[in-house]
Amino acid sequence: MQNAPEKRLHKLLHSRSFWVCALLLLPFATDALLGHGWVRILDFAMLYIMLALGLNIVIGYAGLLDLGYIAFFAVGAYCYALTGSPHLATAFPLSIEGGVHWPFWVVLPFAALLAGGFGILLGAPTLRLRGDYLAIVTLGFGEIIRIFLNNLNAPVNLTNGPQGISRIDPVSIANLHLNVTQPLFGMEIPSVHLYFYLFLSFTWLVILASKRLEKSRIGRAWMAIREDEIAAAAMGINTRNLKLLAFAMGAAFGGASGALFAGFQGFVSPESFSLMESIMILCMVVLGGMGNIAGVILGGVLLAILPEMLRHSVIPLQQGLFGKIIVDPESLRMLLFGGALIVMMLYRPAGLLPSRVRRRELGSDEMAEKP
Amino acid sequence: MTLLQLSRIGKQFGGLCALSEVSLHIQKGEIYGLIGPNGAGKTTLFNIITGLYQASSGEFQFNGNNYHATQPHLLAKAGIARTFQNIRLFANLTALENVMIGRHVRTRAGVLGALLRDKKTLAEERAINARAHELLKYVDIPARTVAKHLSYGEQRRLEIARALATDPLLLALDEPAAGMNATETASLKALLQQIRDGGITLFLIEHDVKLILGLCDRVAVLDYGKKIAEGTPEAVRNDPAVIDAYLGHAHEP
Amino acid sequence: METFLQQLINGLVQGSVYALVALGYTMVYGILGLINFAHGEVVMIGAMLAISSLNVLLGNGVSPLLALPLCAVIAMLGCMALGYGIERIAYRPLRHAPRLAPLITAIGVSIVLQNLAMMIWGRDYLPFPKFFSNNPHSFGGVIISDIQLLIFVLALTLMGLLLLLVQRTRLGRAMRAVAENQQAALLMGVDINRVISLTFMLGSALAALAGIMVSANYGLAHYYMGFLLGLKAFTAAVLGGIGNLKGAMLGGLVLGLIESLGAGYIGDLSGGFFGSNYQDVFAFFILIAVLVFRPSGLLGERIAERA
Repeated sequence: MQNAPEKRLHKLLHSRSFWVCALLLLPFATDALLGHGWVRILDFAMLYIMLALGLNIVIGYAGLLDLGYIAFFAVGAYCYALTGSPHLATAFPLSIEGGVHWPFWVVLPFAALLAGGFGILLGAPTLRLRGDYLAIVTLGFGEIIRIFLNNLNAPVNLTNGPQGISRIDPVSIANLHLNVTQPLFGMEIPSVHLYFYLFLSFTWLVILASKRLEKSRIGRAWMAIREDEIAAAAMGINTRNLKLLAFAMGAAFGGASGALFAGFQGFVSPESFSLMESIMILCMVVLGGMGNIAGVILGGVLLAILPEMLRHSVIPLQQGLFGKIIVDPESLRMLLFGGALIVMMLYRPAGLLPSRVRRRELGSDEMAEKP
Repeated sequence: MTLLQLSRIGKQFGGLCALSEVSLHIQKGEIYGLIGPNGAGKTTLFNIITGLYQASSGEFQFNGNNYHATQPHLLAKAGIARTFQNIRLFANLTALENVMIGRHVRTRAGVLGALLRDKKTLAEERAINARAHELLKYVDIPARTVAKHLSYGEQRRLEIARALATDPLLLALDEPAAGMNATETASLKALLQQIRDGGITLFLIEHDVKLILGLCDRVAVLDYGKKIAEGTPEAVRNDPAVIDAYLGHAHEP
Repeated sequence: METFLQQLINGLVQGSVYALVALGYTMVYGILGLINFAHGEVVMIGAMLAISSLNVLLGNGVSPLLALPLCAVIAMLGCMALGYGIERIAYRPLRHAPRLAPLITAIGVSIVLQNLAMMIWGRDYLPFPKFFSNNPHSFGGVIISDIQLLIFVLALTLMGLLLLLVQRTRLGRAMRAVAENQQAALLMGVDINRVISLTFMLGSALAALAGIMVSANYGLAHYYMGFLLGLKAFTAAVLGGIGNLKGAMLGGLVLGLIESLGAGYIGDLSGGFFGSNYQDVFAFFILIAVLVFRPSGLLGERIAERA
């Protein structure tokens, strides 16, 4: 039996309006308590959650190990960067003066489609083979994309090489420029807050899409493939096409997130898309629990914030203890990620969130029962 | 009417000849059994019929169409559903989800439908759900239990329900009674007869000769990759070639 | 013509190193049916260990002729221990888990090794100590250095020894038995765990030597060197037919040739659009091409697509 205050708390935690209010106030609270920099970190956390949810479709639902996921993020980011900056116009004198500057609602789906297309190109030859081939091909692709980005500055300067592309347009939606402080109801809403709300709404969309896919004919087919590919084929599931679909959808989500990233940063360069970023996103999915949306979100939040925590604790700690920095936080972070992958797989393959959640999900086939 | 027609099917694995010139036909509405000593090529033939292997030679006609060298998912679409000897359920999904996946091949909703949840998709989803519940009731299995937590007998029945969900014309069963006790086998026999009475043709390979002879309308016997006999259970039981094959190998019942 | 011959020789030397690393992938794949994702890092650790021990030995006045074999032994022992550890941590506990699980743990091991190496040896390039004159021999304009010659001869010898070991010894027979059918091998009294451990150790010992060769050839080592090298060696294994020892050797040599000839001529072929800085991309496209057109590789009979 629960007592009254506990009951009220329970009710509060399960009410949608509470969460909406909390999330809307989050950037202001963070700003007041921790400072402006942390709101920026929150923005990045949102991007990471989107990426992790995209990868979750590939790994969690369809059971395909994609180790070069960040490459699709890069495709999306460069897509936005090239169409939204003067770089193309300077590199190719024939094109439109000052760059093409497509509107946000055109670039975003274009970036998603392009990344999805790359996903199909890569998946088509490898998906008919066993899963570990896909893993190693995607691993290679992640690295190859970086080589191209680094070197496609000569003889034709497409990517501007290691310097990257700068002066990228900020995201503007119907004349609302997200890079400047906007007044609303007599309040001043800074740019980082605006981006937070933008990313929050996109994250919400990705969550919604993930949930709907999970409880659909397509989602069930993916899970069947994950569980037993031979049995799935015997049930009439075209395993190759459906795997390709999962791979392309994940890539498209990655591409869209990349476009958002480029608009937010105003600058892209190849070094943002290293193998370590792919590993970090994989780690989010594994840590939270493959195939479990809430778990993946938890993994995304934890791992996006962890490096900042390390930076703020490891450096002072070492300076206090040894008077110098022996282990830099960056490599410590990667060491922890690698360790987490091992420990999770060995001791908690279902992820951090307990299986109770999964069981509750199993208990309701809501979509079919209440239309 | 002939549902399945195999003509002179051969299958080689490297230099090994697993099947040679096997011809058989299965009539609509009958229960057709395939027996034979170990290594006779039963499983190979079964896997060819269900599309897992491709025949090296010969003709394969199902429901009036040619299906030479095709993939399993196309045969499922054409109306051949199967179960596996060593049960292959989607172990971490519920019984309900397992059967719902069986409906995949008879439904259409794509990604757009899943994302938008339009009226058509919702109606289809409701129909899938209803049919799955119906089938689970038919084989008497709780819908919400995760497949790997079901008992052995229940897992076998769930596999049958999942196969039935694909609306098959031909249900192919790979040693359905393997590992079952006498009571379970008896209720399996009743279930299979009930399925046949529902208008579905059955094809099974089985070690339990008693079950085969008591259940099947017609039986074929394979030995060393060749068909050595075919006919009613009575005729096959008394065929000298069959007795020879079994007694000659001695290690089989 | 001279460029061609020069690239041919560079390719064969580089290819023989790929072959040694590819053998590690192919042996593990043959036995477990899994890719050892951490194998490239073993090569890197081998190079690092060798350079460190060389520095210590030479610093203490050990003669170079003694120091070189000694450092090779140290690197091999270190890498064998590492290979054993990788199998025990990442693969053995998960032998019956879903396929994804050991792949993910192996990736984890690989990340851990890379970052440990970075912490121990630093972010910068580690120079391979110069202690003997690396005489270039010139044959009609084509140059081969002592080290290149040594690498090529040593690599071929090692491959020959490995083939002998697998075909002629008890251990080799046990390895082939386990690769063919684990259950049956177990029933025949083969200690499967021991065979698998030994396979990892054998592959790691070859990786250690390959690591020394690469760092001696380029004159340096780096904590990140294992990644691309591993990827290329894996490509070589797939090219030759994964699971097939001779295939890995052939695949390594062929890949080395394609890479060096490709790098030498890509500029001319693409009208100057692509330069030799795309050399690292070849392996990847070869990998994709092999997977599309001949997934069983040049010599492979066993089909990669197993249930």
